[in-house]
Amino acid sequence: MTTATVSRWDRFRESFLWYSFKRDKIAIVSFVVFVAIVLAGVFAPLFAPADPYDLAQINIMNSELPPVWMAGGDAQFPLGTDAQGRDLLSTILYGTRVSLLIGFGAVLMQGALGILFGLLAGYLGGRVDAVLMRIADVQLSFSTLMVAIIVGAVFKASFGNLMFGEIAIYMLIVIIGIAEWPQIARTVRASVLAEKKKEYVDAAKVMGFGTNRIMFRHILPNTLSPIFVISTVQIANAIISEAALSFLGLGMPETQPSLGSLIKSGFDYIQSGSWWITLIPGLVLVVLVLVINLLGDWLRDMMNPRLYKG
Amino acid sequence: MALLEVNNLDVRFAVRGGDLQALQSISFSLDKGERLGLVGESGAGKSVAAFSILKLIAQPGYIAGGEVLFEGRNLSAMSERELRQIRGNRIAMIFQDPMMTLNPVLTVGTQMVEALKAHRRISTRAARDIALKKLQKVSIPSPDKRLDQYPHELSGGMRQRVIIAIALLLDPDIIIADEPTTALDVTIQAEIMALLLALCEQDNVALMLITHDLGLVSQVTQRMLVMYSGRIIEQGPTKEIINDAQHPYTQGLINALPQMGEPGRRLYQIPGSMPSLSRIPPGCPFHPRCPFVTDECRQTMPEYVQSGNVDVACYEVSKLIEQENRAPEVTP
Amino acid sequence: MLAFLVQRISQALLVMFVISLISFSIQDGLGDPLQQMVGQSVSEAEREKIREELGLNDSFVVQYLRFAGQAVQGDLGTSYFYGKPTLEVIFEHLPATLELVIGASLIIGFLSVPIGVYAAIRPRAWLSKFFMGISTVGISIPVFLTAIVLIQLFSIGVTVNWFPPETGWGSWLNGLFSTEGGMPSYGRGDGLVHLFGTWHSGFFSSDGLRHLTLPAISLASIMLPLFIRLIRAEMMEVLQSDYIRYAQAKGLAPHRIHFLHALKNTMLPVITVGGVQLGIMVAYTILTETVFQWPGVGLMFLEAITRSDIPLIVSYLMVVGLIFVVTNTVVDLVYGLVNPTVKLTGKKA
Repeated sequence: MTTATVSRWDRFRESFLWYSFKRDKIAIVSFVVFVAIVLAGVFAPLFAPADPYDLAQINIMNSELPPVWMAGGDAQFPLGTDAQGRDLLSTILYGTRVSLLIGFGAVLMQGALGILFGLLAGYLGGRVDAVLMRIADVQLSFSTLMVAIIVGAVFKASFGNLMFGEIAIYMLIVIIGIAEWPQIARTVRASVLAEKKKEYVDAAKVMGFGTNRIMFRHILPNTLSPIFVISTVQIANAIISEAALSFLGLGMPETQPSLGSLIKSGFDYIQSGSWWITLIPGLVLVVLVLVINLLGDWLRDMMNPRLYKG
Repeated sequence: MALLEVNNLDVRFAVRGGDLQALQSISFSLDKGERLGLVGESGAGKSVAAFSILKLIAQPGYIAGGEVLFEGRNLSAMSERELRQIRGNRIAMIFQDPMMTLNPVLTVGTQMVEALKAHRRISTRAARDIALKKLQKVSIPSPDKRLDQYPHELSGGMRQRVIIAIALLLDPDIIIADEPTTALDVTIQAEIMALLLALCEQDNVALMLITHDLGLVSQVTQRMLVMYSGRIIEQGPTKEIINDAQHPYTQGLINALPQMGEPGRRLYQIPGSMPSLSRIPPGCPFHPRCPFVTDECRQTMPEYVQSGNVDVACYEVSKLIEQENRAPEVTP
Repeated sequence: MLAFLVQRISQALLVMFVISLISFSIQDGLGDPLQQMVGQSVSEAEREKIREELGLNDSFVVQYLRFAGQAVQGDLGTSYFYGKPTLEVIFEHLPATLELVIGASLIIGFLSVPIGVYAAIRPRAWLSKFFMGISTVGISIPVFLTAIVLIQLFSIGVTVNWFPPETGWGSWLNGLFSTEGGMPSYGRGDGLVHLFGTWHSGFFSSDGLRHLTLPAISLASIMLPLFIRLIRAEMMEVLQSDYIRYAQAKGLAPHRIHFLHALKNTMLPVITVGGVQLGIMVAYTILTETVFQWPGVGLMFLEAITRSDIPLIVSYLMVVGLIFVVTNTVVDLVYGLVNPTVKLTGKKA
């Protein structure tokens, strides 16, 4: 067991991916920052000085305190407090956790939908392909954000504000998953069409394997690397979509804020000079999305040699 | 003085992990009205040589040494502005694929007029008249209609006629034609070639014909160069080389021509294949495929020796020449 | 040409059909017009009678056909909140959104082409790398955040006192990094000029233009990096092609090669993608209008969602869907007209 993992590790260390990663400063920095943010989000309860969900810890007297380096700052609240007197650093850590959870969850969701529909469209072809791709076209021409807003509005209207707020995380994962599956489905379909022509598929058919087995066991593994590349960028897109929905009031409630709803609630106080409540979570959001996009760009260049012309 | 003289031209491609030598110490010359053939397999550096003359090699290629003298002026040391006055004006080019050469979104007329206006101060109307005359010269049916058509509305043969007309537009001294007929239908290849040759002859234009078609070169050129892995390995009068090739590679090429063999005989094939730029072996680049290979061949590139009017770079040939020179002294 | 037109239009009709079906399902599933029309006091028998009269007991298909028939005649229902036909409400708000989109498109057009072309021609210049870096960062900034930062900088203003203010250079540097603010960040201002119908324009007064500035920049900021990247990538590919090298071999001047030979070929794919992106911009108007309280259809839509104004939501979807379909069809047709290699026979050559 150990030997297998060691040899796999060795193989990874000798791979082109690792080699080019070591030489790309932007990729390294992005990766380090990304891992740091993910760890900070995952272990938010350990790092955060206060629990923003715990109403007992909040004192309204502390509201709108500026960050510690400004006049009037309090060492107890390094990044200041928000309008309800919650410690901003803690809310940001917890908000990052929510944003990341929705980002990854939505990509898993759209990955499942996209892979299933993409495989079906590509492998079965004909009418199934036409219908699925037509839906994908219409959705994409509407833009994923628009679809997410519409689906979000419909969900919110049918579940009611209160219930929507309680299960908002799952709702958002589903909404963004539904809105963004066409991207992945198209990629999968294109790879399937290319793979389908190859001889090993014919061989599998001749050997009498069923459609499901050929699709999932034979074709799917060969389409994984483009899916992987596009998923990376899709995490960034999902995080932005979540932030946009929350900003519009169609996402996370203020009691359980994500980065987007923090920005939204802070925006109401920007005119009174409390810029930190909205701009500091905004900065965290931008850095998070930026490093994911940079990693995605790097991965795409690595996996697609055609683009790599210098 | 020759019209065009290329001396020790070195061209390299800057790639990750060092430079690749695309052309090594290329030297040749072209006289006024002369027809020169440049033969070799694809990848031998023929096109690179053609583009380097007008300094048109694409990134990451660059000229690392040597000079290109046109009427005694060094083209490789000229500024872009000075070079532009030569390009298309004194030295015109014909590219391989007429489908890719003409800009798909501009009319034939626009692409002809702009070439004239780039070099002469004339009105659009006057330029159109010249363009029309040249189109008539290349015997395009209803030439006035063609001026307002887009390239995709013309057939492949017609497009290459347009390109020949553009090449002749400014009455150049030299036309460099890079495989001008390869992309065309076999049926019209001969027609286009005959047209190009006739027009060059008529206006006394020197033609540098780049091709892998040894048969064509033997029919239409006066002198020829044989290239292998970025080097000229043999050059001289076409007739002499075709009748009595010196370099083993050239011999192989000629033996591989179908019409040279007797009917029913299997075509000759040179064993192996030309190495890619990144894998050129030391010494003579042909040595791994050569039947006369010696240790010397594996270590250093042979110098040129003269055999008749032919320059050839081969140790075997120089040995033979030495033996011939010594022979009369031995016999009493 | 005719075949191409027929094909595109029938495709557009099909998409409109799907959109109307979805919209109607939303209305059917969510809206209970009875709740809005009559209060709680009406008896169940009474309700049933009204239901029957309104045709609410008919099958889904019959109800959809009635809905579609009315929609074709321009009747999309009455807004609960405004108490007016929804189309009227939408047309009152549409000019504001259109002006925002026009303003943003002008900014995108004037900036993306020169920057994209420059970055393609001189990929190694530090300025190109700077622009590409900025556009990578730009893609990662959500549009509402750009808007908030713009408001902080140019509407509220920032006073910097990082440097000692008592020294001359200190106060100069403080002034350099401080911004004055004062740009309007709310609504369209009072300087609107009535053009025709419901169209009141902000383009013809300095106050109207000042109000448009920050929202238009915000909306442009999300698309600008995409267009710069797209133009650069297409242009770099075109510059590799044989006909560009041939143009050089003809001795043409670089500006003619870059701005005629290369740019014309670059813009063809950019037009197609650009048309689609223009439609996508409508989604971002919702965010931009929310931040700036810009009284356009985006803000109207969001308010309709919070007010559960179902007929207005549905009408918005139908109108926006129609705008998407029309722009996409027009873009296809324009592409066919501009690109000589596409013969308008319904197939791309």
